[in-house]
Formats: sequence, C-alpha cells, structure tokens
Amino acid sequence: MTELSKSGAAVGEPTVASPAPSAFLEVRDLKVHFPTDDGLVKSVDGLTFQLEKGKTLGIVGESGSGKSVTSLGIMGLHTAGQYGKRKARISGEIWLDGTELLSADPDHVRKLRGRQMAMIFQDPLSALHPYYTIGQQIVEAYRIHHDVDKKTAKRRAVEMLDRVGIPQPDKRVDNYPHEFSGGMRQRAMIAMSLVNNPELLIADEPTTALDVTVQAQILDLIRDLQKEFGSAVIIITHDLGVVAELADDLLVMYGGRCVERGPAEKVFYEPRHPYTWGLLGSMPRLDRDQQERLIPVKGSPPSLINVPSGCAFNPRCPYADVPKDNVTRTVRPELTEVGSKHWAACHMSQEQRERIWTEEIAPKL
Amino acid sequence: MLAYLIRRLFAAAVMLVVIIMVVFGIFFLVPKWAGVDIASSFVGKQADPAAVEAVRQKLGLSDPIYSQVWEFFKGIFTGRTYSGGGDVTHCSAPCFGYSFRSEQAIWPVLTDRFPVTLALALGAALLWLLFGLAAGVLSALKRGSFWDRGAMVVALAGVSLPVYFTGMIALAVFAFGLDWLDAQYVPLADSFTGWLGGLILPWITLAFLYAAMYARITRATMLEILGEDYIRTARAKGLREPVVIRKHAMRSTLTPILTMLGMDLGALIGGAILTESTFNLPGLGQAVLNAIKTQDLPVILGVTLITSLAVLIANLVVDVLYAVIDPRVRLA
Amino acid sequence: MSDKAKDEAVAIPAQSDGTTLTKDPAAGDVLLKVTGLQKHFPIKKGLLQRQVGAVHAVDGLDFEVRAGETLGVVGESGCGKSTMGRLITRLLEPTGGKIEFEGTDITHLGVGGMRPLRRDVQMIFQDPYSSLNPRHTIGTIIGAPFKLQGVEPEGGIKKEVQRLLSVVGLNPEHYNRYPHEFSGGQRQRIGIARALALNPKLVVADEPVSALDVSIQAQVVNLLDDLQQELGLTYVIIAHDLSVVRHVSDRIAVMYLGKIVELADRDLLYKTPMHPYTKALMSAVPIPDPARKSAKSERILLKGDVPSPISPPSGCRFHTRCWKATEICKTKEPPLLELRPGQQVACHHPENFEDQAPQDTVLLSDAKEAAELVSEEALAESAATSAALAAEVEAASGAGDAESGDAESRDAEAGDAEAGDAEADGSAESESAKEEAAASESAESESAESESAESEPAESEPAASEPVASEPAASESTESEPPAKEK
Repeated sequence: MTELSKSGAAVGEPTVASPAPSAFLEVRDLKVHFPTDDGLVKSVDGLTFQLEKGKTLGIVGESGSGKSVTSLGIMGLHTAGQYGKRKARISGEIWLDGTELLSADPDHVRKLRGRQMAMIFQDPLSALHPYYTIGQQIVEAYRIHHDVDKKTAKRRAVEMLDRVGIPQPDKRVDNYPHEFSGGMRQRAMIAMSLVNNPELLIADEPTTALDVTVQAQILDLIRDLQKEFGSAVIIITHDLGVVAELADDLLVMYGGRCVERGPAEKVFYEPRHPYTWGLLGSMPRLDRDQQERLIPVKGSPPSLINVPSGCAFNPRCPYADVPKDNVTRTVRPELTEVGSKHWAACHMSQEQRERIWTEEIAPKL
Repeated sequence: MLAYLIRRLFAAAVMLVVIIMVVFGIFFLVPKWAGVDIASSFVGKQADPAAVEAVRQKLGLSDPIYSQVWEFFKGIFTGRTYSGGGDVTHCSAPCFGYSFRSEQAIWPVLTDRFPVTLALALGAALLWLLFGLAAGVLSALKRGSFWDRGAMVVALAGVSLPVYFTGMIALAVFAFGLDWLDAQYVPLADSFTGWLGGLILPWITLAFLYAAMYARITRATMLEILGEDYIRTARAKGLREPVVIRKHAMRSTLTPILTMLGMDLGALIGGAILTESTFNLPGLGQAVLNAIKTQDLPVILGVTLITSLAVLIANLVVDVLYAVIDPRVRLA
Repeated sequence: MSDKAKDEAVAIPAQSDGTTLTKDPAAGDVLLKVTGLQKHFPIKKGLLQRQVGAVHAVDGLDFEVRAGETLGVVGESGCGKSTMGRLITRLLEPTGGKIEFEGTDITHLGVGGMRPLRRDVQMIFQDPYSSLNPRHTIGTIIGAPFKLQGVEPEGGIKKEVQRLLSVVGLNPEHYNRYPHEFSGGQRQRIGIARALALNPKLVVADEPVSALDVSIQAQVVNLLDDLQQELGLTYVIIAHDLSVVRHVSDRIAVMYLGKIVELADRDLLYKTPMHPYTKALMSAVPIPDPARKSAKSERILLKGDVPSPISPPSGCRFHTRCWKATEICKTKEPPLLELRPGQQVACHHPENFEDQAPQDTVLLSDAKEAAELVSEEALAESAATSAALAAEVEAASGAGDAESGDAESRDAEAGDAEAGDAEADGSAESESAKEEAAASESAESESAESESAESEPAESEPAASEPVASEPAASESTESEPPAKEK
C-alpha cells in the first residue's frame, strides 16, 4: 500500500536504458496493471510492436482485451490526472521518435500530447465538452502548442473544420457540440486532433458509435488525411471490417496480450492463432455467400484478474487438446515468427496450425 | 436568450399571483372553517360583541371570499383604506395589513427585518461557497488521502450537528469565554464594525452547516466529472492539469451546486429561524417565530409571501445563470 | 386465414409438453399484417404545451410477417426501426394504421385486451444489462411471465425455468443467481429464455446482438437460429448491422426515415438491391478483406446526414442524398411496389431494374453533388444492370409494349455511354444464362479481382447470383494463392 501511494507511475524493474529503436513508434514489453480490491488487473501484460510513419496499425480485440488501455498508455493518460486513487502500474518502454516516454519527465510528455501524438475517441458527444463551442475547443488545442492570438487560432480552426468536410465552417465553428450531428461531431473531433499536425494519431473505436454510411465517410476521411499528413495511425477496433479498410499491420489482442501480429494480408489470409480463426469465423460477411452457420468462440472473455498461467485463450480454445510436443500447458506461449514479419503465440506447432487452417477452418469461412 | 428570460419572468409572475391567492386562502379561510373567529381573535378574548363586529366590518371579514382576496391583492399594489367602527385607517402602498398583536402595519416590520436576514443569508452563503467548494475540490483531487478523510469527517460533523448546538458552542467560546466578540446585533447604519462583529458568529455557524453539505456534493460531483470523456480529451490535448481542473472540470461541477444554492438561499431568506433565535438576531425568522406563538396571522402571511418571492427570485437567477453556464439549456 | 392456420397446425415436438395452449399457424401463413402503420411523437413547447410539430418516427408501413420466417429490419439510427418494433408488440400506441395478429385487429387494444396476446408476442431487448432487474434472481426473471399470465406449467415453474435455462445453453443450477453474476452474452441468453417462457409465436428482437462482443454475437445468432428450428418461432429482428441481418433473415425490410424503401427476399436484396439507398447502405459496410482496400471505388459515399424526421423531405425521402434523383423524386412519393416476385421497392429510378419514370431524366442539383461521391464504376454498373434487367424483363414478358421498349433502349444507351458495350452485354448475358455461366465465371473473376478493379462491375453480378456450390471453389482460389507466394 505504501509502495503504491509513493510512486504509482513506473513501478517494476527500473527501466534499463536500451538503445533507441529506429522505428518511429516502438512499444517494448508494455505492461499496464491496475491494483483493485479483488486483485491485480493485468489489463496489458507484455505488449511489443513497432509502427513507422505513414503506416497504419490496427489493434483488434474484444472488450477487455486491453486495446484501449494500450492507447491510453502510449498517450500517458494513465498517469496524468489520476488523483489519489490507486494508480496504474506501468512498465516497459514506449519509444516515440527517439524519446522514451515512460521514463521521460511527465511535463515533457504532456507537451508531446496533442502536438506529436493525438487521439480520437469513440463517442464524440461525450468526448467534447458540452459547455464550449467547437471553435473554442479547437482553438484551445491549437494554442496550447502554438503561441498565437485567438484570432489566428480561430482561423486555423475554421480551416481545419473545412478540411474535414464540415459545411459552412465559419458559421459552424461557433456551434456547440450538441448542435452537431454524430458524424459531424466526429469530424470536429478529428479536426481538433489534427490541428497541430501530429505525427502519431490514435483512433480508439472512431466509428463504433456511428451509422454505417457515416462510418464509411469517416474511414474515408481518416485515410485521406493520413495520406495528406503522412502520420502514423493506430486504429483500435473490434470490427475486422474497419481494420481491413485501413490497416497495413494488424495486432490481435486477447486477455491483455498480443496473440498474433503481422501484415494485414497475412493475418487475414493465413492466420496462425486459434483466436484469430475464431474472430474470422464468428463474423457474418457480406462479401461471401451465406454461411450456413457461424462458428462462434465458445465461452466468455477471460477475467483479467486471474489470467490462466498458460495461454490466456486455453479455456476457450477448440484445439486445446491437440497433442503438442514438449510443451507444458502452464507455460505462456511466446510470440514466434510464423512468416515474414508475422508472429503468433500458440503452443501448437506451425505445421499443425497450417494444416488446421487450410483443412478445417478456411473452407468453412 | 432574451426570449428565455422573458418566458421565465412571465412564469415567475404567474406563480407569484397563484401563491398570493393560495396563501391568503389558507390563512383566512381555514380558521373560518375550523370555527375560529378571526375578528374576535383580533380584538382579544374578553371583548364585547360590538367591538368584534366593528373589527369584522373594518377588515371586511364578512365580505365574500373573492372580494376579500381581491381587496388584499389590491392592497399590496395600491394601498388600502380600512373604514368601519367609526375610524378610518389608511394603509399605504405595499399593504399587507396590520398585526393583530402590535397593531402595527406589517410592511414596515418586514422592511425592518428583511435586511438582517438577507445579510445573514448572503454572508453565510459567501463563506460556505468559498470553503465548501475549496474543501470539496481538494478532497476530490486528493481522494483517499489524509486530507480527504479529515475533511470528510469534519463535513460529516457539520451536516449532523444542529445549528443551535454549534451556535451555542460558538457563543460560549468566542463571545463569552474569550470575549472576542460582542454577541449583540448592531444595525449597519449605526456601526459597520459592530454590524460585522454581531454577524460573524452567525455567519460562521450557518456556513459550517452548509459548507459541509456543499463540500460533500462538490467532492462527489467533481469525482464524477473527472471520469468524463471530455476531461480525458482535455488531457489528451496536452493541457496542464490545473487548467483541466479550472476550465473543464470546475465549470461542469458548478451546475448542480448552483441549483442547490438557489433553493438554499431562497429558503434561508424566508428566515433562518434557528440561527436567528440562537443569536438573537432581529430578522424575519424571529418575527415569524413570535407570530406563530401568538397566532398573529397577518404577520405570518406577510413573511410567507416575502419568502415565496425570495425563492422565486433566487430560482430565476439560478435559471438564468444555468443558461449562461450550460448552452444546452438555452434551447429548452 | 387464422382458422385455416389452426386447422393445419402441427404439434412441434419440443413444444408438446402440455403447456401449449393455442395451436400454431402453419408455416407460410400470415402471422402479422401491418397496414399504413404510423407513429408520430408530438413536440410540445411553451407554457401551454402547444404542439408545434411531430417526429414522424414511423410514417406509413405496410408489411406482413409469415409464420416460421425471419423478417429482418435494417436502417440507420432514427429510421424508426425500433419504434416499429415497439408498435407491433404494442408497447407503443400507433398514431394511425392497422396491426393484425393472426387476423385479429390489435391496433388499439388496451392493456387488458393485449394480455392474452402478450403470451404470443414477446420481445428481446438490445441491452442485456439494463433490461434485467438487478434485484431479482434469474429464476424470478424467467418465471415472471408465468406468474403474470397465471400459467402453471407442468411440473411447476421452477422446473420449467430450469428447462428454459438449458434450452438457451445456461446451467439450470444457476436458477438462484443474480444478473450481475453473468457476462453480457449470458445475460442476453437470459433475456431470450424469458421471451421464450410462454411459447410465443412471434419474437421481436431489437438489436439482440449489437451490445455483444464479436465472438459472443455468433453464439447468440446461432442460438436464435437453433431455437427457430426447434420451436418453429417467427422472428422480427431489428438491427443496424447488415451482415448480421443477412445472416439471420429470410426477408429483409430496409427502412429510411420512417418508411420501408425496400422489402425483399434476402438473396434478391443482397444480390440485386433495387433501391439506391439499399445499395449505398450495403456498399458502406466495411468488408473484412484487406484486398478490397484498393478497390475503394466500389463504395458509394452518401452525402451528409439523414434529414430530420420532424420535417422529412417531400416526395421520396431519400431524394436529398440520392445520386439518381430527378424532379419526380422531389414531388411524388414513390409507392412500395412489387417490381419482381419477392422484391418490393419504393423508387422511381430503381437499380437493377427498369426505370419507373423514364420520362424524367433531368437530375436534381442535389443529385449531381451526390453523384460526385459515387465512383464512376458504381455509376456505370448501375446503368449497365438497369439496362440488362430491362432487357431481361422485356424478354420475359414476350413482346413488350411500346413504353417499356423505349425505356429499355434509353437505358441501354446509358449503358453504352457510361459502361461500354462489353460490360452491358456481359451482365445481360450472365443474367439470362446465369445458371451455367456463374460457377466458372465467378471463380475466375474472384481471383482476378485484386489485379484489376475494372472487371469488378461485370463480375459482381454473377458472383452474387450464382448457386451456393461455387462458393468453396471461389474461396479456395483466393486462399490457395498466398501459400504459393510464400514458397
């Protein structure tokens, strides 16, 4: 308890200064744990990935898989403004453009927030302050990082609203969030996050609260803006369709861990983890002929308090009983390379998985 | 915004008329139904029937109900002339009638006493807002800390201890024990320092109770607001934490506080009976307490109307402020 | 109709446990018939609460639900689909129109009058968290319908509740647990068990899976499927997710601003949507296939947002966002017509079909703006398919009258101009001779798809309308490619 209240931020092993990576964003062995009355919630438990500028990484997973916690961790929002309550324990390394964020001065990280890295949230209505106009909120975001007067900042806000496709931006800039429709709000949110030309944009379920035709507009907008600004984008979603639209690389999370990671084509066409198979099988698809039945994943998502010591997916895995060589079930499977830049964490041998995928899973999809 | 204001004002005026009618009805008609003769209660117990009849004539008590209400209503705005039993009495413009006991006009009594109550209520409100909000916000930001727990224990004490208890203790310690202050009310016109000295203890006592309530509400609201998505957005923009609190969290926290303040101030202006009695302040509360004891109906009626008016005005001000703070209200 | 239904009723094994009180209608008979259904929510303002307008949530619906089928209802938020669900279960009082259940008019039945019907019509709600009372055990929750209806099932309520629990795949021993002890998917199962308690004939499910995780969604979808098979249930499933709706439904109604714009058999709707809105809606669904990322051109992006249901647009409600809208769309509301067996559509200029108002050719300015958002390919495809279908219709009806002949030639011209001869011919040919051509052609074009987006418009027609047998071939051809690359 005393240990907690003293230093909440980076408990764990003191961060060893390892060499700065070449990638624009590199996350190494990120762990985010939350102490609660019921025990330690291991929301993210050892996550590693890289992302280059101009590329899009999709993080896919179900609720509670740790995908949103990861994004807040990168933004440093677990430690900012956590008053009194038991703080998140974060360890690992987050390198953004040569700077390690977890060991950096919090005020330095604050200055990066909104300027070098920005974020779009799921529900634009609750993510915008109801008492300030859209313009005031964008102006504020701009003036934190730019020493300009309000007039200049407002011109910039109008320019951004125009860029994200809001009609009559010079009038709409003085509207309040409740006077916007859902799609317009998300556009305004995007305008606000891009006002400082961030190099990293994290979009956390950016279209989940929107209708499908509006979703198409927003996805289109994100894609265009990325091309224009050349930023690195992390898109977090539970919808495989959305990531397929946008992502170059894919990271599948389950129970706070990465179970599969690789180029989007590889993960979609040659998935090598039973959970990824499960996700693909549970989804009715418009682009295929009618499946007779969906192939759901049995059971429910795991509790993050008592994660099984072995593979987190073990209790739900239909192949848990497939005989495996030299493997103890209580050992956590590590990510192993199953193809070029393609990793999966499963105890089954690569041959076994290849066979199951091509013979049993793929034909049914 | 202007249309909104006009609408609220109009609603308040309608409300006031309704209140006058209902209150008058209750105070003058209920005794009648209960078999209590107002005229004889005005004159006294052993009065001769002729005097009672004269009073009844003078006050118009035998008139039909609607004309009694109308006369009363008219009296408030144009004054009223009582005639009957030989002598004629004129009661000028805001006429609320005459006290049964002191036989004085009621309006001057109200205007005498109102400033005392107003000073008590406003002064205390200033104090409790200052301390209540500060304590609440600090507790919320340092949730679970020693400070938070300490403040909440004090707040709990403040909420549960009655005013006459804390008031008596304050009087005993500061006025009589340490002899720092004079426990006597001095009108503002006579001496500012005397006025201040006389009001400091009542202010603190009253503010203690309310500050405790406000601290608890502020803390709870603040904690809820800090969990809102838009606070996370503000941080994600790179705002400094103090700015996040001041600009984004405080403004939202104020809305429920404001609603409470409107109701509390309105109620207090109607008479902080316990505080006024404890500190012997010549305010409305004390007046109404005496009136109740002596069944002085016109005084009770007058104070009730003033209280209703105060509550209405307070709520009107709160509604307008609300619309200023929350743009969503302007549409409604 | 209902008498006949009762005569023909067959006892379904799972239901013949003695609790069945009424006989079930035979599959295919009309169970629910809705005509001109309306619901307007008044907007009141001011001190006197004068009515200053109304939200036209549901504004004239006509449809039938046949026993044993699943009717899917899709649309975006604010289209009135949920209101429709609450109207047909009579949780709301309709403003106008008529609802008949098994031939009985239930439009304005009071609470008492509805009571016997509550047994036959049940509802499953979206949010499994707020629709279960947290202070009741699930035994009480699922048993409540028996108590409310005064039904004593054979073997007692407890035994029946436990049977229901096992039917929906929950442990019967969890009878005494509280809702918070269950996960989202399990709670939705509890909601389903409650709905099934009284052996309903019609189950209306409002977004039954949208609050659930993907892997859990599939469990619930399969459960609904199994229950329908076993119990012969009739479903009305309301959802915004087009892929889920396609998976569960036999027929699908597409709603836009309080109206049904298209009502068709599932396969017809997804293969040859006729209403431009249906087409746009389907093209907007993100496809979980990274290869399509480059084929962005297939997508039709609608402009702006759905207009307000307080003052819906005149004529066709979609005309403000439609790229085909002409003057007639603005002035005349298109009726919902059965243009093809099993496909009703309300449009003056339908896709994949002969133009209903060929004389009206001048696009509205809105439509010109909207057309910018529609890719060349999509426009060309729509012109080509209309022409092809016009030709087919004409061929089918023998020597067509002069008017449809005109229409056909006009459309064919459009096809020529925008898509070129080959494409129009190609799809016309495959439409008329689809059975033979489909299998081989789709396999080819599917694998060719990633290389050339040009072939897409011509390809999508046969690929969509081919028999099921060709599917494995198609998917294998895509699947077998990558391993080859790897080695």
